Amino acid sequence: MIYLQVFWVFFITNILGYGGGPSTIPLFQAEVVEHYKWLTLKEFGDVLAIANALPGPIATKMSSYIGYQVAGPLGSILALIATVLPTAVAMVFLFKFVTLFKSSPYVKELTKSVQPVVAVLLLVLAYQFLVAAWESSGWIHTAILALGSFWAMERIKVHPALVIGGSLVYGAVFLS
Amino acid sequence: MSYKELFIGFTRSGLLGYGGGPSAIPLIRYEAVERFKWMTDDEFAEVLALGNALPGPIATKMAAYIGYKVKGKMGALIAILAQVVPTVVALIALLSTLYAMGESRIIKGMIAAVGPVIGMMLAVMGYQFLKKGWIGLGMTTNIVMLVISFLALELLDIHPAIMIVVFIAYAFIKTYFSTNKPDTKRSVS
Repeated sequence: MIYLQVFWVFFITNILGYGGGPSTIPLFQAEVVEHYKWLTLKEFGDVLAIANALPGPIATKMSSYIGYQVAGPLGSILALIATVLPTAVAMVFLFKFVTLFKSSPYVKELTKSVQPVVAVLLLVLAYQFLVAAWESSGWIHTAILALGSFWAMERIKVHPALVIGGSLVYGAVFLS
Repeated sequence: MSYKELFIGFTRSGLLGYGGGPSAIPLIRYEAVERFKWMTDDEFAEVLALGNALPGPIATKMAAYIGYKVKGKMGALIAILAQVVPTVVALIALLSTLYAMGESRIIKGMIAAVGPVIGMMLAVMGYQFLKKGWIGLGMTTNIVMLVISFLALELLDIHPAIMIVVFIAYAFIKTYFSTNKPDTKRSVS
């Protein structure tokens, strides 16, 4: 039963995740945190942080870790299969029709139309993380970390892994 | 053309691609087009176009097709595994270690500090989707769709999956009517 749920969650979130990794993150959260309550929002945030600090595709890292957490090694493998297999098969079979897809007005419109939903989902999730941090660490630390990381990543283009690393050091010194 | 090359190419592009799948694309291109010459630049562009038209993570879709092209089903499997397994194992090991030391005050502080950073990263991603919608859909449509999404998701508590399906259906209907109307010119770019 749990294996079936793990498979279903990662199958459906990746099939609906238009726009690659980032668009699947809020869908994962809706299933894993809100619906099945496998992880708390805080735990989900930890997974997201560490996954972001490591290289490679984000969706596969998150799904296999959550699968592992919920249902052990087999859960991890199932989550990975559910994430990767459907679109991998689709790639191989649909490649013959690539010219159809490339110029299709349907595909273009579809990709555009999903963007507002994904934007709202990501911004709401961002808000939830900031409020949770505000409540647990106070507004001064939250503001320093949020604005500091924004400045580092967007203004002076520091590597995201270094930004996560820097926040871990900050936490070890000021929040312990 | 061998399994070993596929394995090396996709392990390398998986381990060096920071910032999720999209950042791995130029690295995959380097392995596939320049280094191992599995395909031409044009073919790579077509694989990427198809990958972008389908949902789900981009890097594994690229690995699947390129692996399949080079060495069939087994090649696809090896390319995907090489792309994802090293970082999956690293994440599980890292988080398990972190949680094993979860009682330590220092670890707790470190985990607490990550929250605002993740909030900010998500906000930036959200802003990028906002901007893309702005450019692609125009200001008015984008605002209307944002407001509808927000009200449906947050006030009516409609499941995000349902909202995405609704917007996909909307896109299909809209395209159907705009491409079948005799007075509007179908734009093919």
